[in-house]
Amino acid sequence: MRFYRAHVLVCAGTNCSLKGNRAVREALIREIEGKGLGEEVKVIETGCFGLCEQGPTIVIYPEGVLYCRATVEDVPELVDSHLLKGRRVERLLYREPTRPVAVQTVPELDYFKKQVRVVLRNCGIIDPDSIEEYIGQGGYTALAKALAMKPEEVIAQVKASGLRGRGGAGFPTGLKWEFGRKAPGGVKYVVCNADEGEPGTFKDRLILEGDPHAVLEAMAIAGWAIGANYGYIYIRGEYQLSIQRLERAIEQARRLGLLGQNIFNSGFNFDVEVRIGAGAYVCGEETALFESLEGKRGEPRIKPPYPTDVGLFGKPTVINNVETLANIPPIITRGAEWFRTLGTEKCPGTKVFTLTGDIVNEGLIEVPMGITLREVVYEIGGGIPNGHKFKMAQTGGTSGGCLPEALLDVPMDYDQLAAAGSALGSGALLIMDDTHCIVDVARCFARFFLHESCGQCIPCREGTLQLYHLVDGITRGTGTRQDLELIERLSRTMYVAPLCPLGQTAPLPIMTTLKYFKDEYLAHVDSRVCPTGTCRALATGHAAD
Amino acid sequence: MSQATCCKGSAHGTALDEAKLAALDAVIAKYRGSPGALISALHEAQEVVGYLPQEVQVRVAEGLGVPLSEVYGVVSFYALFSMKPKGRFKISLCKGTACYVRGAPHVLERLEKELGITAGDTTDDGMFSLDVVRCLGACGLGPVITINEDVHARLKPDRVPGVLEAYRRADRG
Repeated sequence: MRFYRAHVLVCAGTNCSLKGNRAVREALIREIEGKGLGEEVKVIETGCFGLCEQGPTIVIYPEGVLYCRATVEDVPELVDSHLLKGRRVERLLYREPTRPVAVQTVPELDYFKKQVRVVLRNCGIIDPDSIEEYIGQGGYTALAKALAMKPEEVIAQVKASGLRGRGGAGFPTGLKWEFGRKAPGGVKYVVCNADEGEPGTFKDRLILEGDPHAVLEAMAIAGWAIGANYGYIYIRGEYQLSIQRLERAIEQARRLGLLGQNIFNSGFNFDVEVRIGAGAYVCGEETALFESLEGKRGEPRIKPPYPTDVGLFGKPTVINNVETLANIPPIITRGAEWFRTLGTEKCPGTKVFTLTGDIVNEGLIEVPMGITLREVVYEIGGGIPNGHKFKMAQTGGTSGGCLPEALLDVPMDYDQLAAAGSALGSGALLIMDDTHCIVDVARCFARFFLHESCGQCIPCREGTLQLYHLVDGITRGTGTRQDLELIERLSRTMYVAPLCPLGQTAPLPIMTTLKYFKDEYLAHVDSRVCPTGTCRALATGHAAD
Repeated sequence: MSQATCCKGSAHGTALDEAKLAALDAVIAKYRGSPGALISALHEAQEVVGYLPQEVQVRVAEGLGVPLSEVYGVVSFYALFSMKPKGRFKISLCKGTACYVRGAPHVLERLEKELGITAGDTTDDGMFSLDVVRCLGACGLGPVITINEDVHARLKPDRVPGVLEAYRRADRG
């Protein structure tokens, strides 16, 4: 193995790819070769650093100097100054809004100070297309260790860790595996749910782009634990880069015997196949996903029976989210007790959040469970830009609730956000400033569910339609107080009657806006005024004026 | 062989020339007999033909031995399948909440005005089609549209004419 005096890491996550990272990388390689540094400096494409707002981002090790918004034109100066003369290029260093001096290196950044990287341990550090680099970071040792344990011991370890499903429902992963293990049957499946469709969420995409082997390793461990020899990864068709990286990773793992027959001479066989979805939000629901994997319309099944008894092709199936799986290898290698040192008692570990909307640092972050919204918005996110004020945050994607400023100090884990009337969900955090009309935003939610309802059960199909018309009417100036009552009554029915979580959560975001921003709704229905001036059919200004 | 006769009724005004027909039959042959392969087969069939009109659905149904009702049910269920021909440049506008609060509705309004069509349609010259799609997962860059494989991030309504013009120029060669 060759040693280099410097490594230049170029982010190749989707968001940076859209900003021309490839051209920058190619220019770097040309320039480095041209200066005769090819033997000393290595350029690596890596997964997302998380600072998507600042892309394309480059980190130069060993110092860990972070450069932001680098263009092809900046490359000659970067190479000449930093790599040849050892002088940092000041103008490309990251500047935090709260500090006058430029941040020099990654560890200094406020953005990273509160972050703990377990799931994203390799994102932005290794070349995701290289299984050797994954192994170099300790990859596949968890699988080796698991295969030397009894399946029951693996399950006991995952149970003891307290890991809960990161797709949104928060179901204990170890318990799910135990159900899968105990289910009778010779053929069982492991399925990875990578059909990430919750608006505002792109964590699974960036995990798969940055560290595809972590998910493959975890699926093999799950297979060993429950007694399955085959796994499917069901992924959105839009995630082309993730699909390519996964396919390449599977090939590499097969070549080294880490997938396939007789893994580590244990007699255990396991292989994985990538299946591409066809575009339906409801397929993120596990039984709808099975229907789709079987080549049918993605209509959810009635539960019970649960997937661990009757799942894919009618066989016992354990289905886990991408982020859940990415937690498994460190739990096996470092132990359940270590994992429990992170996060809260009932929700140990970390959570990956995607930070979007009206916030200075949009991007991908990983923090311990139980961190408050205030810390995320102001200390990591850098606050609200353009001199506006925080109005609300929607947690958990479109199916999650909206929290006002008064609830900024709620610790974020599954139970405490649920108690606040919202949801942790998939980890999407959409921040909105005071220029947005709450009713208009609620209308956007209602429209989404109306469109994505699969139409199978009546409470959801008709309920989402009526919800939309009621909220739409308020934005058009035809709403009344009775409509507000009707929304509440309809929502109570919809919380319980629909077949699957899509319909059951559809009213949640709307009800939280009504609960926390009732005055703004009343301005619309009583005074026919939209305080922010967003609803064109209504007058602008304050209701009290 | 059943496939040679299955499309007789729709052979006129067809979306299928000889080459496409052969490619489509190869796709069908590849997936025949493997359970749960309908969606994968339809993905590839759409790649070959460009969209999934009735004659293609009939051919896939008969070729795979799946009821036509099931094929139609699947095609009409999923957003990535289309029964209408798309433009040479396929524009998709993200309707996720993050893009919405960043001004996606204004971008859509401008696109519809510039193209003279509404979402879901294709321009008469077949150059552009416009669709509103679910969250593209590029929320940090909203509002986002994609045109074929290209992604246009942080789009402002004023930039729409320039973006479209670049594709018109490319099309003229």
